[in-house]
Amino acid sequence: MRAAPPAEPPVIALQALRFAWPGQAQDCLNLPAFALAAGEDLFLHGESGSGKSTLLALLAGVLLPHSGAVRLLGQDWNGLSGAQRDRLRVAHIGFIFQQFNLLPYLSVLDNVLLPCRFSALRRQRAVAAGGSAEQQAHSLLRQLDLAPALWTRRAAELSVGQQQRVAAARALIGQPELLIADEPTSALDATRQAGFLELLRAECAASGAALLFVSHDQRLAAGFSRVLSLSTLNQAARELAA
Amino acid sequence: MSALLRLALSSAWNRRMALSLTLLSIMLSALLLLGVAHIRKDVRDSFSASVSGTDLVVGPRGSGLSLMLYTVFHLGDATQNMEWKSYLHLRDHAAVAWALPLSLGDSHRGFPVLATLPEYFQRFHYGDAQSLRVAAGKPFADVFDVTLGAEVARSLGYKPGDKITLTHGSGSALGAEHADKPFTVSGVLAPSGTPVDRTLFISLAGMEAIHLDWQAGAPMPGLSIPAEFVKKFDLTPKTITGVMIGLKSRAHVFAMQREIADYKDEALMGVMPGVALDQLWQVAQLGEQALLLVSIAVAAVGLAGLVATLLAGLDARRRELAILRSVGAGPRSILALLLCEGMLITVLGTLLGWLVLCLGLTLGGPFLQANYGIVTQAFIPAGDELWLLAGMLLAGLLAALVPALRAYRLSLADGLTPRI
Repeated sequence: MRAAPPAEPPVIALQALRFAWPGQAQDCLNLPAFALAAGEDLFLHGESGSGKSTLLALLAGVLLPHSGAVRLLGQDWNGLSGAQRDRLRVAHIGFIFQQFNLLPYLSVLDNVLLPCRFSALRRQRAVAAGGSAEQQAHSLLRQLDLAPALWTRRAAELSVGQQQRVAAARALIGQPELLIADEPTSALDATRQAGFLELLRAECAASGAALLFVSHDQRLAAGFSRVLSLSTLNQAARELAA
Repeated sequence: MSALLRLALSSAWNRRMALSLTLLSIMLSALLLLGVAHIRKDVRDSFSASVSGTDLVVGPRGSGLSLMLYTVFHLGDATQNMEWKSYLHLRDHAAVAWALPLSLGDSHRGFPVLATLPEYFQRFHYGDAQSLRVAAGKPFADVFDVTLGAEVARSLGYKPGDKITLTHGSGSALGAEHADKPFTVSGVLAPSGTPVDRTLFISLAGMEAIHLDWQAGAPMPGLSIPAEFVKKFDLTPKTITGVMIGLKSRAHVFAMQREIADYKDEALMGVMPGVALDQLWQVAQLGEQALLLVSIAVAAVGLAGLVATLLAGLDARRRELAILRSVGAGPRSILALLLCEGMLITVLGTLLGWLVLCLGLTLGGPFLQANYGIVTQAFIPAGDELWLLAGMLLAGLLAALVPALRAYRLSLADGLTPRI
């Protein structure tokens, strides 16, 4: 484990986290420590069923740990109400999922602008960066190789690869400190996977967001500055194996 | 909030096929609910406007309701008659401005025949003191003249100059034809939306003339008096069915009523039309309440359809809800979104129902008046209808709460990734 840089608090940090689903005697996650520094990019490897989604829900404050703490920018999720967690989450975290990230009935541009509609902070930052939220959306879409002709199209009319790039633009608008990508390339073919990854890392670096990239596919790990495996991190899995 | 509303609009538009059917059912429920509420007011108004300007209706003592039924609505049969001299007594009474003798009992092709004075057309008022108007020809003058109500002329295709024969009796107790003494149509009245439209008017002398050679409701065997000779007979009736009276001062109506009840020569009664019509309406009200209940039930079915459609759609929309959660919409926003959608459909459906009703009343108003005598007014919700409208919208809100709460729970449980 590498220690987080001491100057600013890590983007996300967890300590002695234990979590079990209701009705299960055995913990499914037992993580002594984990942290992600500002601007860092991390590949987290996890087989399906290893508790990846549960960990992401805990990091995002959708689930709360039974013991231990998860902190986003130094703020413990545990001390917050549901509505406060919702607000904090959208202000500082952008998400990209496997597929179907977009609302099919909205235009590409409206999809990208969604976080600005629900978070005042994201909107302020987008305005500060681009002059207006729409301007920042335009420049993000352009950087992600989406031609202006596509911007007014309904999201459902785009190819899967284009949709994932729109999702990336939406995750990055308003400069969130953390971008969580959960298998975002699994719906793409191999040649497009590499291109998308490169673009994603470059955009995260440009906006200063830390990238937490989660995948079962270890071949994608090349190029990340740090690679971790959930199975080595998770004490619960080891206890089970022993 | 406006962002949420726009989101709800685009999402609903995306599912417009499924939702338009729901919208249609809400529209029809609202149309029926408001329509029944409105028409029932108009029916009631038209009903109580069947006669106006008449202070008392006098007839043989008995049921005031049945007296109203046959003197105003020309329905049913009079079981008893009153003496002609009682009419003369009333006519010459100091407090009486005018008195119209009414004689019923014959019919033509199912329409009642009323024998009275030509003065009837000036004295009889309906609605807001409107008087009858002759649309074609002129009122009856001769013994064998007949003036037709608008509906009679329209449905049977008669015009002035046509010859018709009357039938003895009315309703179920139809007797023989007065075939030997045909009547000539002298004129046709303009539609009034009252029972007058369905009535044929002849003179009292005409009524007397066709019964000269009759006795006890049947032609006398071996006796036949040709039409050209009837004027040689005294055609003053001996008995009549009832009398309509207008007083010089309405203040005397109770005193007059008392005096009629105390009339020594014959057992009579005087009925105030307004009071009797209200009593009659009490009977009709039962049906009217039932109609309203049915339309409320239909509205409930429409809203149940809304709940079913939105609930069924939720499972397919779990991904949409998860996406919204991941971009910062809290479960409360999801709840509000679904409420917005439900209310949108209810409000739109109700408005559409109202519009269709207004349109229908405007286009169908003349038809309703001509065929059913219902005078419809432009629809501006007031009183009960406002409550019904508010109730409909409130019920829509409550109905939308069901899928909204389910979406709230789903989005709490699903978090950012729907478990399908």
